[in-house]
Order: sequence, then C-alpha cells, then structure tokens
Amino acid sequence: MFGATEALRGVDIEIHAGEIVAVMGPSGSGKSTLLHVLAGVLKPDSGTVVYHETDITGLNEAERSALRLSEFGFVFQFGQLLPDLNAIDNVTIPLMLAGMKRREALRQSATWLDRLGLDGHGGKLPGELSGGQAQRVAIARALVTAPKLVFADEPTGLLDSLAAENVMVTLTELARAMGTTVVIITHDPRTASYADREIIVRDGRITAGQTAEAAHR
Amino acid sequence: MKHGYDRHFGSEKPLAFGQVYATLARLLRDGLIDLLGEQAGSGPDRKRYEITEVGRARVTAWMFTPDTPEPLLQSNLFAKTVIALLLGDDANRLLDVQRAAHMRRLRELTAAKRGADLMKILVCDHAMFHIEADLRWIDLTGARLTELQTQVTGA
Ligand SMILES: Nc1ncnc2c1ncn2[C@@H]1O[C@H](COP(=O)(O)OP(=O)(O)OP(=O)(O)O)[C@@H](O)[C@H]1O
Ligand SMILES: [Mg+2]
Repeated sequence: MFGATEALRGVDIEIHAGEIVAVMGPSGSGKSTLLHVLAGVLKPDSGTVVYHETDITGLNEAERSALRLSEFGFVFQFGQLLPDLNAIDNVTIPLMLAGMKRREALRQSATWLDRLGLDGHGGKLPGELSGGQAQRVAIARALVTAPKLVFADEPTGLLDSLAAENVMVTLTELARAMGTTVVIITHDPRTASYADREIIVRDGRITAGQTAEAAHR
Repeated sequence: MKHGYDRHFGSEKPLAFGQVYATLARLLRDGLIDLLGEQAGSGPDRKRYEITEVGRARVTAWMFTPDTPEPLLQSNLFAKTVIALLLGDDANRLLDVQRAAHMRRLRELTAAKRGADLMKILVCDHAMFHIEADLRWIDLTGARLTELQTQVTGA
C-alpha cells in the first residue's frame, strides 16, 4: 500500500520453478508493484511472499538484498545499463558484487555476450548500442549469475517487432535450457505468447489467467 | 424489437421484418420465449413475449463460450459485449474469456514458429497480427466498459 492507495489486494498466485509467466493488464493496474513485491524490493503491508519455503516478507533489507543478488536477475524497459561502463563491464557487475575476481568475471561475461549474439560489442558504451543490443546486454547481465528466477518489466517495450522477437527467443530459450523461472510484465501479446501462461492484473487484482490456465497445464 | 436491434447492431445490416416474425416463431416453438399476451393497436397485432429460463440459460451459454479466433470475429464479440451490458451480465468476464482463448492461440502460433522455415514463420506472423488486433480491441473495450455501459443502458 502506498499512502492512501491500495496498489494490490487479494492477490493469490503460485509460480512454479521453471515456468515462464507473463503479467498483463492496463497501465496503472499494479503489474510493476506486483513484481517488486514478488522480488522483495517492496515490502507489502500485509500478506506473504514465499520463495522456496521462506517467507521473504519476514527477511530484513540486507537479507532480501542478498537473496536478490544470489537468486534473482532483473531486466527492465530501458536505462538500466550504467552509462559510463562498457557492455562487458556492465555484465560483470553482479558477478563482482558477488565477490568474483575481475578476470574470471570478464571471462564469464564475454561468454554470455557471445551467447546473446553480441560478440564484438563488448567494448561499446550503452550509448553506442542500439536499443535491441542494449536489451541483450541487460539480459546477459540478468542471466550471468545463473539466477533461479528472472524478473523482466517491459523488456521489449521500446523495440520493433523483429528486435522484440529476437530478444524474447533468446531470453526464453536460455531460460528454458537453464530451468530458470521467468516473470515478464508486458503490454505486448506477442511478447506474452513466449510464456507458458499469462496472469491478468486489473485494479490491483488478478482477474484472469491464473486458475483456468493452471488447470489447463 | 426491430428498432432496438437496429439501434445496437443494425448500422450495417438492419433486420428485415419477416426475419423478426420467423425468429419469434422459432423461439416460441423451442420454448425459449413465452407469449405474454396480445394487445390490439394500430397496424398488426402487438404481441408481448417474455424470455423463459431455458432461453436465458441459452443466452448465457452463448455469451460465455469463446469464439474461435478468426477474422471478423469482432462483430460477434461486439454483440456479446453490448448484450452483456444490456442484461447486466459481466462483460469484463466475457472479454477475459475471449482474451484467454486468443492468447492460447497466440502461444500455439509462437510455438509453431520455433525452428520453422521462413514461409511458415510468415504465415504464422500474419495470423498473429490479426489476433493481436482483436486483443487490442478487447483491451481498449475493457478499458471503456463503464462508458459503454452508460451509452447502452442510458440511450
Ligand atoms: N512509489 C509509489 N508511490 C505511490 N504510488 C505508487 C508508487 N508506485 C506505484 N504507485 C501506484 O500504484 C498503482 C500501480 O502502479 P504500477 O506501477 O504497479 O502499475 P503498472 O501496472 O506497472 O502500470 P504501467 O503499465 O503503466 O507500468 C498506480 O496507481 C500507481 O500510481
Ligand atoms: Mg509498470
């Protein structure tokens, strides 16, 4: 809850390991808020978020931050790369934060840039990359720690159809190969169609997609 | 009745009078409506009908059965939306049911594209863009339901 506004209420969802789930719904319906609560970025006023049998709402800020670093990866719509670091240094950040030596971090990051079709672009600053390339760097950074769960908020929002398709194919194929769970917020039905199912949020409630599709699986 | 139909749905093809009588006769025969009474008036006899429980159940079943996603679906989905509002049914729910059917089809097409040759991919993309157009209509209409409710029931 933010001040007098209740951003989410009566939300009850279950996401299984290895699933790819799309979160859809009108602007302002609470999708980003839901993602931030699930990721332990925001603490809900009431309710619980259980991750592998741990209620993460019961953890303190330092514990949640450690959990995010070791288990979760994040991809956002734009502006997420540090502008003064080149592509490969941006990818090394989560590895270095986790205490990895720079040389090994650079080696692993280069492998991920290759995997995302960005070989030869590692030395470029974010401002020298196209939108689709920058988004691939962001995906490399989200996946480089081999997270259990990736949260993506409008990862294709600024891309054209073909670039969006390439980003989604890459993200979902890598995630499926690693068994990574992915939660993607998107307005775009085509982006959502790479997921196993969709959850519809309206006025802070989940109104469709959950039970019907779960039963379907 | 014809006037009500024409106002909501008849902009492209108004209802023929003969069709009204034939349809009423068939609905009566099938027990979907009951004759309430007749009153003499100007012109032909004016008969009053009432929908039966079976008839109401039939309307509900039709309304909440998702259409097969295909081009020109929209006119039927539009009719369902307006009728749901007229009857005080949950128009949001029927849009959700349709959205789920469309998303399922979109997922099938995305899966079919994986590893397919370019011809197949382009055919799938063509179908996908049409489904996306419907989905955009569904989302926009969902966002305007309150406004539409006022127009449909207030006019
Ligand atoms: N930090 C905040 N403080 C106060 N209110 C907020 C805050 N963040 C979001 N809200 C409110 O919570 C509600 C849900 O916002 P949220 O960002 O989750 O929507 P969304 O579904 O992600 O929308 P969009 O598609 O536009 O990104 C909105 O009414 C918004 O104004
Ligand atoms: Mg948002």
